[in-house]
Parts: sequence; C-alpha cells; structure tokens
Amino acid sequence: MTDLTNLTLVQAQRALHSGECSSVELTRACLERIARLEPCIHAFITHTPQAALEAASQADLRRARWKKEGGSMLPPLLGIPLAVKDLLCLAGVRCTCGSRILENFIPPYSATAVERLLAAGMVVVGKTNTDEYAMGSSTENSAFGPTHNPWDTGRVPGGSSGGSAAALAARFVPAALGSDTGGSVRQPASYCGVVGLKPTYGRVSRYGLVAYGSSLDTVGPFTRTVADAALIFEHMAGYDRHDATSADLPVSSTCLDDNADLSGLRIGVPDEYFIAGIQPEVTNAVRTAIAVFEAQGAVVFPVSLPHTQYALPVYYLIASSEASANLARYDGIRFGARRDADNLFDLFSRTRGQNFGAEVKRRIMLGTYALSAGYYDAYYGQAQKVRTLIQRDFDKAFEQVDLIAAPVAPSTAFRFNEHLDDPLAMYLEDVFTLPANLAGVPGLAFPAGFDSAHLPIGMQLMAAPFREDILFRAGHAYQQITDWHQAAPSLP
Amino acid sequence: MLTLEEVEHIAALARLELTPEEKERFQQQLSDILDYAVSLQQVDTRAIPPTPSVLTLRNASLPLDSNYAEPANALRPDKAEPGLNTEDLLQNAPSAEGNQFRVPPVLNVE
Repeated sequence: MTDLTNLTLVQAQRALHSGECSSVELTRACLERIARLEPCIHAFITHTPQAALEAASQADLRRARWKKEGGSMLPPLLGIPLAVKDLLCLAGVRCTCGSRILENFIPPYSATAVERLLAAGMVVVGKTNTDEYAMGSSTENSAFGPTHNPWDTGRVPGGSSGGSAAALAARFVPAALGSDTGGSVRQPASYCGVVGLKPTYGRVSRYGLVAYGSSLDTVGPFTRTVADAALIFEHMAGYDRHDATSADLPVSSTCLDDNADLSGLRIGVPDEYFIAGIQPEVTNAVRTAIAVFEAQGAVVFPVSLPHTQYALPVYYLIASSEASANLARYDGIRFGARRDADNLFDLFSRTRGQNFGAEVKRRIMLGTYALSAGYYDAYYGQAQKVRTLIQRDFDKAFEQVDLIAAPVAPSTAFRFNEHLDDPLAMYLEDVFTLPANLAGVPGLAFPAGFDSAHLPIGMQLMAAPFREDILFRAGHAYQQITDWHQAAPSLP
Repeated sequence: MLTLEEVEHIAALARLELTPEEKERFQQQLSDILDYAVSLQQVDTRAIPPTPSVLTLRNASLPLDSNYAEPANALRPDKAEPGLNTEDLLQNAPSAEGNQFRVPPVLNVE
C-alpha cells in the first residue's frame, strides 16, 4: 500500500470507503509522521493525538456497523484527519491564538466551521501555529515560536496560517483550516506550494473564529488539490444564525468535471498586479499559467483595478481599527492571563502591555489612533470610502470577466528575520491578497511553479462574490494538465 | 512625526503599558506607517459612501449614501434560549468567586 500520508482528501475518502485502509491506520500514519518531523517544522501549538485516535476508532466502528447493517448515509468525510488553525475554537482544547495572553484559554464551544467538519466525520489531530491573533505574514509573530517552511526550513511558511500551510506541505494531514483577513490563507499556501481558499465574506460562518478584523475575516481550507478544496468547502460553508454577517444563500455541491476544457471562460489580467519590484520568476510563472488557461479555451484579456495601490494603506487602517476594538476584550478579567495591580487601569494596562507581542501592540496603537477624536475622518473614515472604490473596481471588472488572475505574493518564501524590524516591508507581502478581503470576493491560491531556489510559486484566481464554483472549475481544470501540486518537499 | 506625548496618549487610550524603548520604537514605526497612509488623502471621496461591511452595500437595495444598515438576517426573535454553561465560562477566569469575576476596587474611596 502507498504511504497513507500522501493521500489527498478525495483519495482518503475513497480509500476509507473501499476498505483499503481504516481511519485508525490513516490517523496513525499522520500522527507518526507528525511525531517524526514536527521537531524541524513546528506546525502545531497543541497536539491532540489521543482524542484523534479515539475519534478514528469510533469512525471505523461506525463504518463497520454501516457496512453490516446499512441505514442512513455515513458522514461524507468520516474518519479523515484535519488540522485546525489555533484561532478557531474547538471545545475543550486550549485555543491560544498564538498569544501568551490566551496560553491557558479553554473554549467552551466550537467554531461553526469546525463543528460542521466534525459533523461531517473529520478527526482533529491538533491546533496549528499562527502569528499572534493572525497579525503577520510569516508566523514569526507567534508567541510559541515560528513554523518552518517544509521546502526550506531556513525560511518562513508565510502567515498568518503558516502552521496549517506547512502541515499540508509536510504531508501531516490531507486538509487543514485557516483564516484569511488580508491573505493569511492564500499567502502561506503560495509559500508552501499547497492550495488555499479564501471564501466570499459571509460564506463560511465566523462564529468561533477569534476576531481580528471583523469586516474582513474569513475561514478557509488548505488542501493539496483544488478538488479537495471544493469538497471540504462544501461541508463548512453556509448560513449560520450565530454569525450576523453570514449570508443566507444555498451552497451547491460542486460537481467537478475531469475534462479540462475551459471554453468560453473569461479571465481578466490586471496590469496593477504585474508591477515593478515583483520577483521576475513569480511574474513568469503566473503568465505561463495564464497561457495554460488560454490553451484550455479560456479567453484572456486585460482588466483594470485602478485603486489597487490604495489597498495596503486602506487595509492597515481598517484592520487595525477593527482589531483595536476587538482586542479590547483581553483585559485580564473574564479569561486569559492577568497581571495584578491595585487598581483597574493598571491591571488592564499591565495585563495587555506584558502579554501582547510587538505586532499586536503596534496594530492596536495604529487602530486606536485612527479611531481617536480628531483623526477618525482623515484615517478610518477616508479608508472606508476608498474601500468602496476598491470594491467598485471589482464589481466593474466582474461585469467583463468571470475570473481575475494574479500572483499571490510578490516573492517566494523569505528567510527568518528578513522583515522583522521593518513592519512596512512585511505588510507589502500581502499587497496582492488584501484587495479581495476589502472587496469581500473569493480567492483561490494554488501552485504554479518553482523559482531557481526550488521554492514554490503560487498563483491566485479571484471571482465575483459567491462564485467559488468558478474558482474550483478553473483551478481543477488547471490541475488536470499540470503537476505542480503533486511536487512534495524532500523531508527526512 | 508623532510626538512622544501622542504615543503615550494613544497607549493610555488603548490600555497598553509600554516600556520607554517600546514608546520610542512605536513613535518611529507608527509615523512611518501613517506617512505611507497619506496617499489616501489624495483620493477624491467627496461623493463616495463608506463601506462598513461588504454585505450591507451589496445585498440590500440601500440608497448608496446611507452609512449603515443591518444585514437583513442579523436578528433572531427576541426569545430567551439556553446559553453557555456558567461553570465552563468561569473556568477561564483569572480570578473568580462564586458565580462572579473578582476584580480590584473600581472606585478608590478615601
């Protein structure tokens, strides 16, 4: 039998169904690989091996009973291992958000996205590393130490969902959850050579996702193929009354066609995403991929997103402002760490000052300033208006095209400490992913080549709101005739 | 460039105790970031409404000049339902007594 850790989600589903392997065998294979390689990757903050094996053996019993006695359908992803970013709550397992302040926080409930995948039968093997409160592009801002990129352990995996991306690249699990507020699923997916989906805002419930920038936050999956992303997405998306911004629209099951014909599909290529300063190998790989789509029948033409250059400042003002309000809850009273003092003001300030990391403090400070009396209109208010212009750019573009093709990030994975002292340089890593969050549109990142250092290059497709189906169709067609997604890093 | 006093004022508003080194570093870094954001001031937005949420402007047939509207599906019926378990919630409290959180004195009465 092949190494079970190489199975994609779709393959694992088939192997379990046909009896080729059991869930305990599959889960144990994943856990053994994690135990062996985790010291050089550090994808996880918390491991849950006992609970995973217990759930896997329950899944096997359930399947055996069903095979003997029949009855209602089995849960679609029964017995398949899953890793969850440590920013999404799983009841009874600590949720740190990569922060000292939540080091011992045990959520009493699960996030809706997690709950739905548990109901679909998945088996959680652990909580993955993240930049503190998802604020970062490298996982270097995790209070628990950085994650290493499986393609080159001297480099970052991207972030903030770097632990989940690395877990996929290292073949620790066939699927993982992340969150994407400004690129935190797509950028690490690109750096680690895996598939990452940022769904439409409101498509997947944010309930139980610890809040960072609430008007931008989305929950998305990491997988190794686009078909896998479509499969898991179907089981986590949909209306949830616990999230007031959840969209009440049906989620259709995605039937992916294995013929790679994309005749009639209109793909727009925005000049604003092919600017000076991008690593030339990235531009070349994305242009080559666009030519592949063209060869598959897609019609490619230029589109313009003229306000792209403003996305970065708009994002940092809006996300930081929302963060400064959202993170006010960490006050040392109801949950989290506390630094005692003899009055409340000092208790708050000390608790927060001594437990938050530098980037979190920086963004709280920036947001507090942008929202403060006298500056609100010039900063936060103006950013919200320019956000409208960015959103209108996308609305106009999607009147002409079905998809927009672009790089995910301006470069491949960088080395540790390369940007740590320069927050602006770090922020620039997200320049091509932020606009989708500001406009609320879905984006799919998938592998499209390697640079000369053999580091993965990702490309990104964006679609109109709630049209994840077009992303899947095009991405899957691309993966029918290319094999970038099948390359694996050589690990001991 | 932000002054050190401004940095201290923001830190107090945000309830963040900062070391002298942090204040100095943030003074520089926040100034750099705000300088970068100055480009936004060049955009003419006099006729542009703000976007507080991508859902509000898209889903509803709202007049474009309205600043805020609840998404249509935001509220459930106003009926009491069982919530989370008090014991589970207090388990995460740094300090609790009975069914309550313990805090230092809020008012210091002489």
